[in-house]
Amino acid sequence: MSDYNFAYLDEQTKRMIRRAILKGLAVPGYQVPFASREMPMPYGWGTGGVQVSAATLTPEDTLKVIDQGADDTTNAVSIRKFFERTAGVATTEETTKASVIQTRHRIPEAELTEDQILVYQVPIPEPLRFLEPRETETRKMHSLEEYGLMHVKLYEDISQHGDIATSYAYPVKVEDRYVMDPSPIPKFDNPKLEMAAIQLFGAGREQRIYAVPPYTRVVSLDFEDYPFEATKADHPCDLCGSEHSYLDEVILDDAGNRMFVCSDTDYCRTRRAEGHVGRLGESEGEAA
Amino acid sequence: MGAQVKEQDMTPLLQVNGLTKMYGPRIGCKDVSFDLYPGEVMGIVGESGSGKSTLLNAMAGHHAPDRGEVVFDTRADGPVDTLKMSEPERRMLGRTDWAFVHQHARDGLRMSVSAGGNIGERLMAVGGRHYGEIREQAADWLGRVEISDTRIDDRPSAFSGGMQQRLQIARNLVTGPRLVFMDEPTGGLDVSVQARLLDLLRSLVREMGLSAIIVTHDLAVVRLLADRLMVMKDGHVVESGLTDQVLDDPQHAYTQLLVSSVLQV
Repeated sequence: MSDYNFAYLDEQTKRMIRRAILKGLAVPGYQVPFASREMPMPYGWGTGGVQVSAATLTPEDTLKVIDQGADDTTNAVSIRKFFERTAGVATTEETTKASVIQTRHRIPEAELTEDQILVYQVPIPEPLRFLEPRETETRKMHSLEEYGLMHVKLYEDISQHGDIATSYAYPVKVEDRYVMDPSPIPKFDNPKLEMAAIQLFGAGREQRIYAVPPYTRVVSLDFEDYPFEATKADHPCDLCGSEHSYLDEVILDDAGNRMFVCSDTDYCRTRRAEGHVGRLGESEGEAA
Repeated sequence: MGAQVKEQDMTPLLQVNGLTKMYGPRIGCKDVSFDLYPGEVMGIVGESGSGKSTLLNAMAGHHAPDRGEVVFDTRADGPVDTLKMSEPERRMLGRTDWAFVHQHARDGLRMSVSAGGNIGERLMAVGGRHYGEIREQAADWLGRVEISDTRIDDRPSAFSGGMQQRLQIARNLVTGPRLVFMDEPTGGLDVSVQARLLDLLRSLVREMGLSAIIVTHDLAVVRLLADRLMVMKDGHVVESGLTDQVLDDPQHAYTQLLVSSVLQV
């Protein structure tokens, strides 16, 4: 690790990012611009999250990285190795043992605590982007709290699909002020955004950082007659039998057989270690 | 008709005083002043480049004029100079009591959002959060502008030019504005579609008691819709008065030219 400054970025850069993070925490949900650096990975692979993690990590931290809830997918493995090499911090796959968790597309099932930091990778931080392409206009809309357009999107969902079909990156309002894109987490995770841990969001290509401090009010937008609903596949996990976790659907063969498994691998493993068994758990538990 | 309303209610809805907009050394519009009373329709005519669209945009707050006042009789605080309002207040006015109908429907509509969503946007912008009610109002307004409510979930890109223009009008009028700015509302439409649109506009204006400012180069449009008329040339108002009076007995040389230039079929 001696060839790199601790956690890859130089101290000036980390200082700049920490300032953006502090500003983000002071104004929950507000997108703070920052001078995003080139990282040794392509845009879209978590360059924003990595920079926020690098600025947040201390040598005493324990890092966990998940991608779609799993610790063993490409993105998670490569970012974890990156920080093992450049920061030399301890890493873990157990949610409860981690002090900094970098995530892509999920919030862990285990409840997070006040001494943990959750870092999200964000592809497009602007929730209004696909409705209003002009950046000057979206900034004005944020500053003047003109959020009617966000409901136009939900209106379109209902008129086309019969209910609010947006199932991920579901827009939320933070502390009754800023409308925020919670990154592409499933809307099942939206209620968990009100949590004890600090949540930091980093968008590398778009050069924005935003944050949700602990115990901040985060409300998912909806209509009075079409209230927000946190949905998941109506099925228990086939490995651990959990009825309350977000599930991935896995096609098993071309005869229509499929299985549902927890997308949070650590949660599923913990439950199986405690003796919970799902439909396919005993025979194929280890292989899956 | 405007004259009758004027006698009943002497507070002008809109007072424009000495409005001037320069483009560098060139004149956009200069020293324009007039009063618009509730229920009155004002027509602004003139050739291309005479400053009529500049004037309309300056009044509607789309760009800042260099001098002058635009005093609007707000519901809450009475007459207020809109140019001195804070931006949030002006934008709020722009989606409640004011409406702006663009010449090209594409400028005024969201082309990737369904007709119902287009109409509902202003309702949602002022706090409408009940899907059923928003949709009901959208369907009602589609009916009022003579679009079948089976088209409520179609995008404007699937509509004809005339339908797009009518949809734009519905989208603007849904919040019950008191003042409508229209920039060549019939431009680019063929004559039979124009006639229907004019018919529709006339009945809506009368029904809702709207005040309107219509910019056009088409004298037939103002003859049908406007109570009063202003004729602009080179950024100046050269003549103004009751529509029939100006068109039938033009005093200024330019107005005479304009009126005699209309092709007779």
